[in-house]
Amino acid sequence: MKVPLNVKNKMFQKPAKDSDKEFKIGRVNQVKLLSFPYIIWMVGFIIIPLLMILYYGLTDRDNNLTFKNIALISDPINRKALLLALELSLISTIICLLLAYPLAMVLRKNHKTSNSFIVLIIILPMWMNFLLRTIAWQNILEKTGIINSILQFFHLPTLNIINTSAAIILGMVYNFLPFMVLPIYNVLVKVDKDVINAARDLGANGRQTFLKIILPLSIPGVVSGITMVFVPSLTTFVISTILGGSKIVLIGNVIEQQFRLGNWNTGSGLSLVLMVFILFSMAILSKYDKESEGSNLW
Amino acid sequence: MTDNKLINLENISKSYGDNIVLDELNLYIRENEFLTLLGPSGCGKTTTLRIIGGFETPDQGRVIFEGKDITNLPPNERQLNTVFQKYALFNHMTISENIAFGLKIKKKSKEYIKDKIKYALKLVNLEGYENRMPDSLSGGQQQRIAIARAIVNEPKVLLLDEPLGALDLKLRQDMQYELIRLKNELGITFIYVTHDQEEALTMSDTIVVMNQGYIQQIGTPEDIYNEPKNAFVADFIGDSNIIASTMVEDRLVNILGTNFPCVDTGFGRNQPVDVVIRPEDIDLVKPEDGIIQGRVTSLIFKGVHYEMDVMANGHEWLVHSTDLFPVGSEVGLYVDPFDIQIMNKPTSEDEEAVEIEE
Amino acid sequence: MVKKIFERFYIGIILLFLYAPILILIMLSFNKSKSRARWGGFTFHWYKELFQNEDIMNALYTTLIIAFLSALIATIIGTAAAIAMNSMKRTPRTILMAITNIPMLNADIVTGISLMLIFVALRFTLGFTSVLIAHITFNIPYVILSVMPKLKQLNPHTFEAALDLGASPVYAFFKVILPDIFSGVISGFFLAFTMSLDDFVITHFTKGPEINTLSTKIYTEVRKGIKPEMYALSTLLFVTVLLLLIIINRKGAEKKVPLKQN
Repeated sequence: MKVPLNVKNKMFQKPAKDSDKEFKIGRVNQVKLLSFPYIIWMVGFIIIPLLMILYYGLTDRDNNLTFKNIALISDPINRKALLLALELSLISTIICLLLAYPLAMVLRKNHKTSNSFIVLIIILPMWMNFLLRTIAWQNILEKTGIINSILQFFHLPTLNIINTSAAIILGMVYNFLPFMVLPIYNVLVKVDKDVINAARDLGANGRQTFLKIILPLSIPGVVSGITMVFVPSLTTFVISTILGGSKIVLIGNVIEQQFRLGNWNTGSGLSLVLMVFILFSMAILSKYDKESEGSNLW
Repeated sequence: MTDNKLINLENISKSYGDNIVLDELNLYIRENEFLTLLGPSGCGKTTTLRIIGGFETPDQGRVIFEGKDITNLPPNERQLNTVFQKYALFNHMTISENIAFGLKIKKKSKEYIKDKIKYALKLVNLEGYENRMPDSLSGGQQQRIAIARAIVNEPKVLLLDEPLGALDLKLRQDMQYELIRLKNELGITFIYVTHDQEEALTMSDTIVVMNQGYIQQIGTPEDIYNEPKNAFVADFIGDSNIIASTMVEDRLVNILGTNFPCVDTGFGRNQPVDVVIRPEDIDLVKPEDGIIQGRVTSLIFKGVHYEMDVMANGHEWLVHSTDLFPVGSEVGLYVDPFDIQIMNKPTSEDEEAVEIEE
Repeated sequence: MVKKIFERFYIGIILLFLYAPILILIMLSFNKSKSRARWGGFTFHWYKELFQNEDIMNALYTTLIIAFLSALIATIIGTAAAIAMNSMKRTPRTILMAITNIPMLNADIVTGISLMLIFVALRFTLGFTSVLIAHITFNIPYVILSVMPKLKQLNPHTFEAALDLGASPVYAFFKVILPDIFSGVISGFFLAFTMSLDDFVITHFTKGPEINTLSTKIYTEVRKGIKPEMYALSTLLFVTVLLLLIIINRKGAEKKVPLKQN
């Protein structure tokens, strides 16, 4: 056995420089070989497919270069779908943030007693198919649904939010709230208790401690939460289909429809427009998330 | 150090669930004193400090500061500052922002803050580090910043929670002198928590030895080392031979079947006692000159002295000596009467708790 | 005290929000009436029907087998990749990590479309295999992100110590490295399994007309009305997972007790 012997040599005497080098390179290269299947897979099924979208988006059916597909975003229907998607996803992201931050703060406080349990409870709903869970909201929101039955019972005016933008926002918040809670929670529990004590010790009251210490330290979690909610909200076509009826069309619906109809070039062109927004939010995320290399998410 | 009592802890008790951490603790701290809480982990020393700092509320008892009851005062309203175990620097702020934190909250002027930062950095020998980030500093440097951040607020008392625990030996020794210098320059009270007896002996005016929520002994470093009150303190502070013995009469104690002259009086005849003899207080002499005779069973060179185990009267005696006796040689053991420390056997339940766990 | 009550209340409201739809789905699985909108009395009928419904059982089978295979393959590729990346220099590691993050941060619809385009370009018939490949692709990053932190905690010298004691590198890996990162590997596998089960969008674009997973089957039924058997099935799945988690949590809690006293 060659390798162990080399290590032993290294322990007891300094080996000749060359053999030392050889040993290191040999071993490290062997380990690096393990990433080969992964690299091939990622190039084949991530990088090249994305380039395919680029190719289809910039060509027409006869493979000629064109910007027509991208320009289609200025078509009134498409533009309206994009703007509405942006509006609704922004609103949902803000609502998620406003709901999730206080929740994460409360969970952080109780984390000693029931850490994994509480996180589990937030994740658990994901084990019921998300299409079905979204469909269940139809039951709650419908004209004759649960909310309205309750309102009627108390002789209050009924709400009419099914098939409106409000219902879609609710669906987005419902589906993506855990993705906002978890990264914020994960950052908050990592804040050293003594750092907070130190701020108190130096004279800061509760509000000052929050604004100057806790909030700034939790920004990476907030940013990754925002990305995790904003991107899927912006690009969804399922939630709008289920809760928005047929009248409300988001950019995701448009793209899905184009592909369903076989207009791959148009669909790819619009996807490229969408990807500008996704790349933008990814860039912001990576700026704040250098250290943890994305591990904040879970 | 004056006799003015600055802090008074009265009947402090604290428990977490079934675990009693402090039991009716009474302690006062004088103005300008360097007081060290010393003990093994779980003895309640850190909890005591955190109660003084305001991070824990005692279940029972009062904390009196300059005559005022501050038991329920939040930490931000107390006139004392803390240096935390792992520094607890604000990693999202620069060094000067860290140091300025407390001053900004007190709404001091920009000029004042600037001067203070300069002064504090000079005091801890880190001039020119204003715009660095905490995580770019070494452990020792971060510790100095933590101290600077605390002292700019001109606290009457500085609480230090094992501040040197994370540093390596050499740095720890340097920082000990640094802390003594700081204390003298600032002229304020230091309350220091550590499990390191050497640290405690080097720096303190007063040492409070604690174990299992009880104070075992309060005294100067010399008192604690030379006249430990019980077996726990003797064993915790430095190496020692602790032997169950019987007091024959005043000034004579029977250790392992042999009578040793000593200086203690007032114990009853034939009363069981514990005897403490420090290893450096045992003289190795020719067999015929010793009070008892034995054989060297192990020998280790320690630099300043040799550490030897000597088997005599069925007991393995730990001996420090500058003279070399090879393993197997027959020696006599002589102990000066003055160097034999007699202690009462633990009787009350409180003292029972100090039984040393092997 | 008031603050505490308010906090409890807040958690309660959020949990109600998260679980209300689930309670409704469970109720619907016991609803005699075929219509979603009306309560027709209690019945176990749909649970019996479920096992006779070949369409749903086929979709369930496809879903589970894809989830299992994709999680397994992703775990193997991902763990190997994580170990390799851990031994790399900063720059190549950062680049690989950035690529790893793409499928996690990218929109599902874009990932789905891009995979469909590559399958079609390779003249690959859309079906079971294409869905499996797609699922492996988006699962690998979850495995890497679960294993990576464990590798970082690893003492780098344990591997060398094993070699020093005469172990071959392969033997050392299985006896020394793998046990230490095993919890990360396992949680990566389950995370991948979950993600695969729950995926709709990417499957939607890569599945072709021949096969259906539970998600795509539900989607085709959205307009014409969900078959009540589907509610029964998802209730069964949910309760199974819930029970499993409770058991695991209990065991974990028992283990943790002595630690807490310290």
